[in-house]
Amino acid sequence: MSLNRQDIDKIAQLARLALTESEVSVYVENLSRIMTLVAELERADTSQVEPMAHPLPGQRQRLRADAVSETDQHQLYQRNAPQVEAGLYLVPRVIE
Amino acid sequence: MTALHELTVAELSKALRTRTLSSVELTRGYLARIAQHQPALNAFISVLHDAALAEAERADARLQAADSGPLVGVPIAHKDIFCTSGQKTTCGSRMLANFVSPYDATVVERLRAAGVVMLGKTNMDEFAMGSSNENSYYGPVHNPWDPGRVPGGSSGGSAAAVAARLAPAATATDTGGSIRQPAALCGVTGMKPTYGRVSRFGMIAFASSLDQAGLLTRSAEDSALLLGAMAGFDARDSTSVELPVPDYSATLEQSLKGVKIGLVKEFFDSGLDGENEQRIRAALEVLREQGATLREVSLPNLPLSVPTYYVVAPAECSSNLARFDGVRYGYRCDSPRDLLDLYRRSRGEGFGAEVKRRIMTGTYVLSAGYYDAYYLKAQRVRALISADFERAFHEVDVLIGPTTPTPAFELGAKTADPVTMYLNDIYTIGANLAGLPAISVPCGFVQGLPVGLQIIGPHFGEPKLFNVAHRYQLETDWHRRAPAGFA
Repeated sequence: MSLNRQDIDKIAQLARLALTESEVSVYVENLSRIMTLVAELERADTSQVEPMAHPLPGQRQRLRADAVSETDQHQLYQRNAPQVEAGLYLVPRVIE
Repeated sequence: MTALHELTVAELSKALRTRTLSSVELTRGYLARIAQHQPALNAFISVLHDAALAEAERADARLQAADSGPLVGVPIAHKDIFCTSGQKTTCGSRMLANFVSPYDATVVERLRAAGVVMLGKTNMDEFAMGSSNENSYYGPVHNPWDPGRVPGGSSGGSAAAVAARLAPAATATDTGGSIRQPAALCGVTGMKPTYGRVSRFGMIAFASSLDQAGLLTRSAEDSALLLGAMAGFDARDSTSVELPVPDYSATLEQSLKGVKIGLVKEFFDSGLDGENEQRIRAALEVLREQGATLREVSLPNLPLSVPTYYVVAPAECSSNLARFDGVRYGYRCDSPRDLLDLYRRSRGEGFGAEVKRRIMTGTYVLSAGYYDAYYLKAQRVRALISADFERAFHEVDVLIGPTTPTPAFELGAKTADPVTMYLNDIYTIGANLAGLPAISVPCGFVQGLPVGLQIIGPHFGEPKLFNVAHRYQLETDWHRRAPAGFA
């Protein structure tokens, strides 16, 4: 399995990752190696098998009562934000 | 008299409750050891000197008031993946270098309530991705048995701290072997509980269907004591299991007579170092002498666990780590041109090489046209592997094998090729895919480096794992050996 620079550029675009030129070269090689390892999965006959998403089969998703359980703590949480003004998160202008 | 740092948690618990020792005295002793050895080992990302002493004073007041909880005043370290209210939680990443947790993880909250003292936050591979601790933004951790070698990962700091007697015990997490592999490489006891047994709330997510919190300790007895305080239902974790927590200490001493042990045939493959194998076989003899019966079992799909894992884990990682956007918390790049540039550069600069590699792999296997071929295929193979384990547990009580193919390798030895590094977890990943509990205990040395024996149980089989490990540790003293210079 081999990936090329265009593949890596496309994946990086989807993943919202800015990569340097040298990183792109490394990831072309790395991901090709990893996908060769992953190709071993083709050996397994899974035609009769359901995909397993959760390690404890039979567990059901719990529902909670539709009641207020959290209080407003935005000031505490926004202490970790890179840029805040008037209780709002600041980002570069999106709409001109 | 035994030095304070040589006492196990169980021994410390007694000394504190009989007041032959104060928590402040003990905490001071550990803080001094951390200060002395941190430059050589780099096992900690933050040391909470003043906060620890304040907690120790409060613990002493509780002990004075005859509060008899077994963990009151016992100092421990937390892996820096657990949120600790008001303290930094970096997850080994530049992305979270300045992140101050707004709340405690459930694990931290429960241990705090039990009266433990928090010495500091331990070093780790960035976002728990790695098997050598070389992926930390804060530099690699050195193995106390040989500083030129890795401690294993991702919980390398926790394992090195416990091995070097810088903490009597440490919390850790295990997604593909991140507790058991460093336990084996550092000569300590590493417990990964059943998926859902310990709450994941406040534990920074890597791969949510595999992540589980556990412990690095100096004995199975200590692990049993601490897990009792950590485990249990938590409504804040949607996959937390509503089952009562047994008294793990109560069944430690049970006889091994008639316990059926399965030797996993696929674990004794060509990748297993010959001398490692001899230590494992010798450990099996000890268990046989205790009355356990041995038989070989085969898990034919187990050799596919590494490729399965390297689809499932990166897929979940790419989704979980999408939250790091440079907007609400975490690293933000300088002078972004526009919003897209902000996202791309904040993530590109904030994440390290391995984390980006996994996000890329995950994004690829989940992308249009590949989802069925890779992601669904891996989930189907995961079901096959899980079914192999289930069949085996109809025949035997526990499964046994090595924890790692080799003892600790040299720093830098496996960084060039990610797949070589990934294969280091070949014996540990199976338990994560199937959600099973597993423990690694020290079972000897190869050329002066520790070797780990892995015991895997059925879902919620922790009591039997602790029982087998404890009986083994009553017959052997590998777990009591300290690395030279740290005794």
